[in-house]
Amino acid sequence: MSSVATQQLETGAKGFVKDWESDKQTFHVPWGKAMMWIFLLSDTFIFSCFLVGYMNVRMSTRVEWPPVSEIFSLSLGGAPIPLLLIAIMTFVLITSSGTMAMAVNMGYRRDRAKTAALMFITAAFGAIFVGMQAFEWSKLIIEEGIRPWGNEFGAPQFGSFFFMITGFHGIHVSIGVIYLAVVALKVLRGDYEKKGYEIVEITGLYWHFVDLVWVFIFAFFYLW
Amino acid sequence: MAEGQEHPLSVYFWIWGLLFIISAFSYAVDYFQFQGMLRWSLILIFMFLKAGLIVAIFMHMVWERMALAMAIIGPPVVLLFLIGLMAIEGDYTESTRFEYFGADAGVYAEPHSLAASEEHH
Repeated sequence: MSSVATQQLETGAKGFVKDWESDKQTFHVPWGKAMMWIFLLSDTFIFSCFLVGYMNVRMSTRVEWPPVSEIFSLSLGGAPIPLLLIAIMTFVLITSSGTMAMAVNMGYRRDRAKTAALMFITAAFGAIFVGMQAFEWSKLIIEEGIRPWGNEFGAPQFGSFFFMITGFHGIHVSIGVIYLAVVALKVLRGDYEKKGYEIVEITGLYWHFVDLVWVFIFAFFYLW
Repeated sequence: MAEGQEHPLSVYFWIWGLLFIISAFSYAVDYFQFQGMLRWSLILIFMFLKAGLIVAIFMHMVWERMALAMAIIGPPVVLLFLIGLMAIEGDYTESTRFEYFGADAGVYAEPHSLAASEEHH
């Protein structure tokens, strides 16, 4: 842990140089937080590789890309509304990001009950998201007959990229739900009373990252 | 040890609201079927706004020290090179496909779509 309080350090460019000077601790944050950020950085590259691969394929294919807006439409009794399910999923994830931010705040106020409750709510929204994704996948596989190797709507690569990208994101959300539940239980049990509640912020970083990735998937895969 | 990132709740509520509004806007881009340059630029603007707000406020990057911020935000910048290179490559692949498969894209697509439709009908 840093012996120098962050407040006494210089800020801005001068602080940047000072922090990287020799024989010094560079990051004045708990090590868990620095490690989470570095993990998220590597995850950024993984998702970027998927999305860049998708871009490359979509640029080079000679066949029309399937009409995404129509494929992902959902009808509530009446005419199909384009991208409705995806829009709801987006709002569910943003809502969960908000409750997560609240949880971090309550954690630093050492309000264990509220912190755990908000984390469980966040996890519940995450579970709802995964459930909706399962519904979307089964609709695509069973009703629309989309396969990783082909479909009736256009470019055959559509399926492989859809299942790969949304599947990888869905796994991240599922792991996040478990991670949140575990940390929330430990908060409730009072495991962090001595250590402090940075862990809630670190868990929050992971959760916000999942939301962040969805922003890019939503823009490039569903809207483009 | 100093406690971590603690900020007034009102900040989060503001950003939360903004994220909802921006998401609604980007959904509207599709709902009202904007096309062409307007569509792409709106999608990108809303995307970067949302991503920026999440990283800056929800992930507290604006309040972190520069050493950490640069270590995390700097490396992804090289992705621009990857995107650029892959865009050039994608263009080239498309041009070779034009050259070898001709202008009629449907001929090239036929085997795949046939295989897919045979399977579940």
